[in-house]
Amino acid sequence: MINAMIIDELDNVGVVIYPIKKGDTISYVMANQQTAEIQAVDDIKIYHKFAIRDIVKGAPVVKYGQHIGSAGIDIKQGQHVHIHNVESVREL
Amino acid sequence: MNFYGYGRPDGRVGVRNHVLILPASICASDTARIISQQVTGSVTFNNQNGCAQVPPDQELTMDVMAGFAANPNIYGTVVVSLGCENCQMDLVVDAIKARTNKPLQRVIIQEAGGTLKAIEQAVRYAKTMVQEASLCRREEFNLSELIVGTECGGSDPTSGLAANPVVGELSDCLVDLGATSILSETTEFIGAEHILAKRGKTDEIKQQVLDIVHRYEKALQLVGEEVREGNPSPGNKAGGITTLEEKSLGCIHKGGHRLINAVYDYAKQVDERGLVIMDTPGNDPSSVAAMVAGGAQIIVFTTGRGTPTGNPISPVIKITGNKITFENMEDNIDFNVSPVIYGEKTMSQMGEELLDIVVETANGKQTKAESLGYNEIAIARVCNYV
Repeated sequence: MINAMIIDELDNVGVVIYPIKKGDTISYVMANQQTAEIQAVDDIKIYHKFAIRDIVKGAPVVKYGQHIGSAGIDIKQGQHVHIHNVESVREL
Repeated sequence: MNFYGYGRPDGRVGVRNHVLILPASICASDTARIISQQVTGSVTFNNQNGCAQVPPDQELTMDVMAGFAANPNIYGTVVVSLGCENCQMDLVVDAIKARTNKPLQRVIIQEAGGTLKAIEQAVRYAKTMVQEASLCRREEFNLSELIVGTECGGSDPTSGLAANPVVGELSDCLVDLGATSILSETTEFIGAEHILAKRGKTDEIKQQVLDIVHRYEKALQLVGEEVREGNPSPGNKAGGITTLEEKSLGCIHKGGHRLINAVYDYAKQVDERGLVIMDTPGNDPSSVAAMVAGGAQIIVFTTGRGTPTGNPISPVIKITGNKITFENMEDNIDFNVSPVIYGEKTMSQMGEELLDIVVETANGKQTKAESLGYNEIAIARVCNYV
């Protein structure tokens, strides 16, 4: 069952559209219409973000195809991405 | 595409037919409330300002007052002042007359001989005005007469996923039909202003978009504060919004995809058609107040967490993309766009449904906020009272 979505093909985070428990499979449709599946590493509340792939500390976190901040620590694929591991960055 | 509205002598078209009891200052606000309670068909609001303000703050207050009176949803206005406030009756009346030629009456509490005499005078003026207003009939007008203000409040990630993009679809439809759509909330452009600025129709407008953001940030820095404090709010974060950049990227979806034809200062009269920006705070009631003062007859308001907010002058249509919030606060929210997230409907389908709701509302259907009697407003401020 599809339980998550990505907004832009450049994004490295997606959004879960149902509540996810640690160990659940996160399924989402990619830009090429193929379904991708990854394992949830944390509990993730509905509409919160998860990492599509590993994001190293300091690398940009990308949603809507744009930078929304940078990874404050190394983030693993399937982890909950939120204020505990992302820092706001003023780029302008 | 047409709607049924009230033609005004200044050439504009209202979707409501209220008489406004306008308090010129905080010192006249309770009196205005008591007057309005006596007159069915009148509206009022609590004006917290109007006195002991530095000139830029007084200008914000004056523009909101004049703009409210000139809003085409208002048939006519009874201005109530105390008498000694900085926003003197003559100044308020002149500011209203600079924007409109609609019916206008004035009552000064100190000159009338106190509360009871002032209330009696004002109630008589207002009752007469409401009776005159009741003779107005709705006529058919082109949708291009509409100015729709867009706002988001209590945002969560569904705002950026569904509600704001659907409002963006609506905005594009309105612009293509020759109407006006206002994008507001300067603090929620931060981190996305470079994307927005690219859509300015001219280089000057591009620069204005960047300038209002920088001006806002600098104004807060003057008192040693950062705009990021308190933004995203605790509710935004609980919902899943992590940074201000993320909130802003979601927020600007409300502006759709068309070129930006003008940038207006807070509460100034909107006279350009198409997509325009108004420089307002992220604080919802003060941003909505500015767009209503700018002439917006209808406000479209997205929410993730759910909010009851309304406005005394212009109907506020509330939309959520969060299915849980809709179930939880259906009493307050007019339109559920969560089917976009779950693949049940497309963005453009829901944009068209929203346009139908806007037209129904223009034709007279009450929004949920109207039926519940919500009419809170706030006026933006630059600094403390003097």
